[in-house]
Amino acid sequence: MLDTGNRLHEIIRKDEEGLLKDWIALQANTSGRRMTAVEEKQLQTNAGEFLAMMRQASQEGGYDISKPEWSGVRDFLTQLSAARARAGSTPVETAMFVFSLKEPLFNRLRRESKDAETLADESWKATLLLDRLGLLTMEAFQKSREEVIARQQQELLELSTPVVRLWDNILALPLIGTLDSARTQVVMQNLLEAIVQTRSDIAVIDITGVPTVDTLVAQHLLKTVAAARLMGADCIISGIRPQIAQTIIHLGVNLEDVTTKATLADAFAVALKRTGYGVFRLKNSGGNASQEA
Amino acid sequence: MERIPILKMGQFLLVTIQVDMHDRLALTLQDDLTEQIVKSRAHGVLIDISALEMVDSFIGRMLSNIANMARLLDAQTVVVGMQPSVAITLVELGLPMKGIRTALDVEKGMQTLRMYLGMNDHGQDGDGSAEI
Repeated sequence: MLDTGNRLHEIIRKDEEGLLKDWIALQANTSGRRMTAVEEKQLQTNAGEFLAMMRQASQEGGYDISKPEWSGVRDFLTQLSAARARAGSTPVETAMFVFSLKEPLFNRLRRESKDAETLADESWKATLLLDRLGLLTMEAFQKSREEVIARQQQELLELSTPVVRLWDNILALPLIGTLDSARTQVVMQNLLEAIVQTRSDIAVIDITGVPTVDTLVAQHLLKTVAAARLMGADCIISGIRPQIAQTIIHLGVNLEDVTTKATLADAFAVALKRTGYGVFRLKNSGGNASQEA
Repeated sequence: MERIPILKMGQFLLVTIQVDMHDRLALTLQDDLTEQIVKSRAHGVLIDISALEMVDSFIGRMLSNIANMARLLDAQTVVVGMQPSVAITLVELGLPMKGIRTALDVEKGMQTLRMYLGMNDHGQDGDGSAEI
């Protein structure tokens, strides 16, 4: 009589070829779309490797996937699902890789087992094993997706906060997108470092690209302004749209201590004036001869 | 005893804080500075904190105190050279240091003081600083 740990091993060893064939055929069916030749080849290699690994692991490790003998299988699955997540497979496709092994495996168990009790027993153990492996796949899949999201967030953070030098001692900070605490921190740091680097006196914070201003965003803006002031630079907030002006007043946010302008052009004009510059039209071509900034 | 030197530069006094501040040192500085303001009849004080990497609420309050004391003696205080990280810390601590003038460095601080005291020496008419 075979001991239970080796029943699985026995089945795989006896008919690895047939099992592999059934399994792959099943996967090709369940995926719901025709696989390309390259995909099929890839699947064949992966499935073959996985089955060979399982045969080895089940020989020593039995049904307990937390045992060190199974570490090879675990690593293989983790890598496989991470690769699939990156390639854009759906979660179902990824999970089906493991779960579709159930049918061919159970068919063989049924054939091998003599009585109902052993069959139920063996099926139960095999189900548990494959479920655990399936969950492992999903976890790895999810994890690699989350890594992608985290990386993109980081990239977004770096992309979205340029500090532009408008003129001697005048900086502009065009903000695009919603301001949250993490972004405010980056914005603040970038702005302050740019102030030190360029020895600027005035920074124009342009919020044309900020879709909504609530109390939190306003507070973050005020914090940035306060920090810049501590460094000795004055801030002008520009690009306040009519809708946002209304919201700010309705919310009761106090922006009285900060110079605010409707457009970046207005803010730039004020900044120039404060630093002792002005803009003049050189040629008189009708209209106003000159416009002092 | 450890002391923070106070340098006289024309009509202004320059204090450069380069060591960690503690209570005794702060009190000594307040003593020395008020005495110096009276003795030299200075109208402006520059406090350079560019060497400070870390600022806590104690130093924040000390700077405010010094500025207010100087104002009583008719001298304007400008804090210069604050590091970006220090500025962020102070804001996050909720200590925006009301009533203190700030400037980016000593040079700009002097411009600010000159302008404020009506000593427009080289035609600079821009506002080199921000008042909080």
